[in-house]
Amino acid sequence: MSSLISFTILGLFTGAAYAIAASGLVLTYTTTRVFNIAHGAFGMVMAFVFWDFSQRQGLNLFLSLFLVLGVIAPAIGWGIQRFVTKGLGEGPVSVALVVTVGLFVGLIGLAQQVWPPEPRTVPPFMASSGVQLGDTYVTAHQIITIVISIGVALALYVLLNRTRIGTAMRASVDNPELLRLFGGKPDTVAALSWAIGISLAALGGILLSSVIGLSYYDLTLLVINAYAAAMLGRLKSLPLTFVGAMGLGILQSFAVAYLPSDGFLAGTRAVVPALFLFVVIVAMPQAQLRIGQVKGIVSAPLPSITKSVGWGGALLVLVALLVGGGMSTANLLLVGTAATYAMVMLSLVLLTGYGGHVSLAQLTFAGVGALAYAKLEQPNLAGLFLAAAIAAGVGALVALPVLRLTGLYLALSTLAFGVLMDKMIFQAEFAFGFNGTLQAGRLSVLGNAIESTGGYVLVMTLFLVLMGIALLLLRRGPLGRVLIAMRDSPAACGTLGLDMRWFRVGLFGLSAGMAGLAGALFAGLRGTIGAADFQFFNSLPLLLLAVVFGVTSVTGATLGGVGLMLLPVMQSNNPGIAGLIFAILGFGAVALGRDPNGLANLMFGLGRRLQAVVLPQLRDKLPVLPGSRGSDDGEDADLADLLPTPLDTPQPPDSTGKVPAHA
Amino acid sequence: MPDHQHVAGADAPLLEVDHVVVQFGGVTAVNEATFVAEAGTVTGLIGPNGAGKTTCFNVISGLQKPTRGKVRFRGRNVTGAPVHRRSKRGMGRTFQRLEAFGSLSVRDNVRVAHDIHRGLAGLVRPGAKDIDALLERVGISAYADERADSIPTGTARLLELARCLAGDPKLLLLDEPSSGLDETETDDFGDLLRDLAAEGRGILMVEHDMDLVMGVCDTIHVLDFGSIIASGAPGEIRRDPAVQRAYLGYSDEVPEHELAGAGVGVSAVEETRTDLVPVGAASDATTVIPAVGATTPEDVR
Repeated sequence: MSSLISFTILGLFTGAAYAIAASGLVLTYTTTRVFNIAHGAFGMVMAFVFWDFSQRQGLNLFLSLFLVLGVIAPAIGWGIQRFVTKGLGEGPVSVALVVTVGLFVGLIGLAQQVWPPEPRTVPPFMASSGVQLGDTYVTAHQIITIVISIGVALALYVLLNRTRIGTAMRASVDNPELLRLFGGKPDTVAALSWAIGISLAALGGILLSSVIGLSYYDLTLLVINAYAAAMLGRLKSLPLTFVGAMGLGILQSFAVAYLPSDGFLAGTRAVVPALFLFVVIVAMPQAQLRIGQVKGIVSAPLPSITKSVGWGGALLVLVALLVGGGMSTANLLLVGTAATYAMVMLSLVLLTGYGGHVSLAQLTFAGVGALAYAKLEQPNLAGLFLAAAIAAGVGALVALPVLRLTGLYLALSTLAFGVLMDKMIFQAEFAFGFNGTLQAGRLSVLGNAIESTGGYVLVMTLFLVLMGIALLLLRRGPLGRVLIAMRDSPAACGTLGLDMRWFRVGLFGLSAGMAGLAGALFAGLRGTIGAADFQFFNSLPLLLLAVVFGVTSVTGATLGGVGLMLLPVMQSNNPGIAGLIFAILGFGAVALGRDPNGLANLMFGLGRRLQAVVLPQLRDKLPVLPGSRGSDDGEDADLADLLPTPLDTPQPPDSTGKVPAHA
Repeated sequence: MPDHQHVAGADAPLLEVDHVVVQFGGVTAVNEATFVAEAGTVTGLIGPNGAGKTTCFNVISGLQKPTRGKVRFRGRNVTGAPVHRRSKRGMGRTFQRLEAFGSLSVRDNVRVAHDIHRGLAGLVRPGAKDIDALLERVGISAYADERADSIPTGTARLLELARCLAGDPKLLLLDEPSSGLDETETDDFGDLLRDLAAEGRGILMVEHDMDLVMGVCDTIHVLDFGSIIASGAPGEIRRDPAVQRAYLGYSDEVPEHELAGAGVGVSAVEETRTDLVPVGAASDATTVIPAVGATTPEDVR
């Protein structure tokens, strides 16, 4: 009985901290329509700042609290709204998601850079005090947290219902433009709600940091609990959010208390919030198709098939030269890894670039493919494709429960899925095992085993090239057109007779299958694989790099794959700036996230300009060979092909003079 | 006006809207609306801005669930059917706020519609339908290779019509199809509507151009504050005092030509009111204003 009470109080304590953080999330989402994936990361960084003030610099506790909650956090919230997330709410959900994922990764990098890993402790408030409740000792920190959460709830109630600015906040929930018409200031309202939101994230982070410790990832991922709580309130209702947070806190506490600490169920203790999130999302009501939101998107131009094949061949030749040139096995493995990442990014080109949906756990699908490949113990084409099919099935299963929902909820369910797989499935006995690994054989094609690393890397590159060409063929065909149409106007597609629910499931499945194929090939490359190779968190830099390099083009994915492979290499070569590299990547994605065509498209533009400007000049300077006037055209064409224009370079504008973005 | 009723020979009307009620929070946008649209005829749905016309369209096409009431299409109750299933049964619609596929060319917009209409087969290999003939028919061939987000509004409305026609619908729901068209284009458009009706299709049209409405419609239903206040042939509607009250704010004997002329005035009002309604909001003012009040007290506290 006493244990029940003490675990209930423990649950109420964590629930109260979740409630504080979650109410900040709801506030920012309702007023600006930007779901801040980085909400927990802000809480984490603020907890570090609080530690820095109160412990490292030895400032007074209350002064530190005031500086963090009253000055720094609101200033950051205000600045983020003004300069980063402003206007994102009206755009596609995918852009807002990518930008806040960028903040997420950037903030973790920043924290690692400013506060390098070392043991740090934040003492609880009034550490030595507490109350004896029967057999249960309740610490003052727990009581303070619960009291603060009640105070936050009351303060928010008064703010929203009894003040003018609060009324404006509620009005801007539905219609900022209308608010502007009636003399309100939506920008002020938005900035204020972000200031309060980040402050609440900070408060939640500080209250929890004395219990779970100052950890970059643990504090950041705590936000999933806040997501889950906020989802119960459908991202709108603060009372339901509080109920959700308290319920989740208690549920989690009971799971720790009463679930067995070994065996399969032990894994569930760590994933209660993710399961909760998943269940709440599945129970969400049908989303109505929104109309009046249509915007055409200027995508990276599509290359002709000949050109794609040409560049694919060039890539193969390049890799063959590297292999033949006696590259070390370690470096060959890196090339293979880059090819793997590039293939996973190709699956994002399909899903995000063409389809407009975001997956936050694409690497997890690769892990499913790798796991299936290793478990099947059929290192041949049949085993490879079966592994990919299994990953595709899992992807479809993830999308299935959220069939009726779109955008944000689909992305969040992938996030819950990623955490579930990380903490429960991949670590389980029947999978990789706890900290365990599995052996996987190298692929054999038609009975010929490809044992050498060089040969295997070449085969992987071949798969990458084939996948890229297949994707471009798909994009050119009717299916690709329907994908673009669905991204532009789901409502119109519906009224034209497209059952988007199944189409979306199919798209998700296909994308997961592509990632799964990459994972299976990767398993064969490495020979030994484990859960650590497919950690959920790494899906986020993957998504960011895909967007930075261009998630609408095959070239972008290929370059992004190389970039993601280089990331850990750079970090291990320069351990001093490991965090900085993440920070640059994250904040770079924040800057570039609004244009999904990314760096690749800039390169295409450069290539076009080269062809248009430099080439004629070059031609003028070339001496005219005597008697070769007739073959001049042919020579020029060859020269154009030799110029360093990337894979997706468009055909020169056709006779109608239109940009062939929709060819 | 020739009698187009019961051309299809079916007993049930092509479309029946039966006591449909739509409430947003505490505000009733559509109140017990009941009307029919017959095959082979052009039916007009008119009314002042905010009367609930687009909400009616959303209910008929399945984008909005009614609070109460039924929608029957080709004799079957489709009230609970999803959007795409109604389309498969032969319902097509255009949007007041354009929903053309902006990233695709005009030709590809129509081609996509045709591919979707053909179902799974359409996703695998291209169809054989003559897309260019459809573009020719609605008169936008000149824009075939333009991106749909770069063409004028009037053209984009015609594109939406062509896109619908690619699925060969039995019923066309047209939401303000003529706005953005000049006078000649509007005349051509009227002829096209008559042609389409003569093929046996039913057309239900929300329209503010009174000359067009009075010229091509066989039957007109007038909505005001969510209720049908009058139904009948154009001549009857013109003379109806309730309609005059709704449009002009007073009831006393308004000469016919003034109501016809008022169409222009109403359009102008519509334009300004539309400007007030922000991007991303539902197109009827009634659906916007109450939504603010509706969500606030209960949802955020």
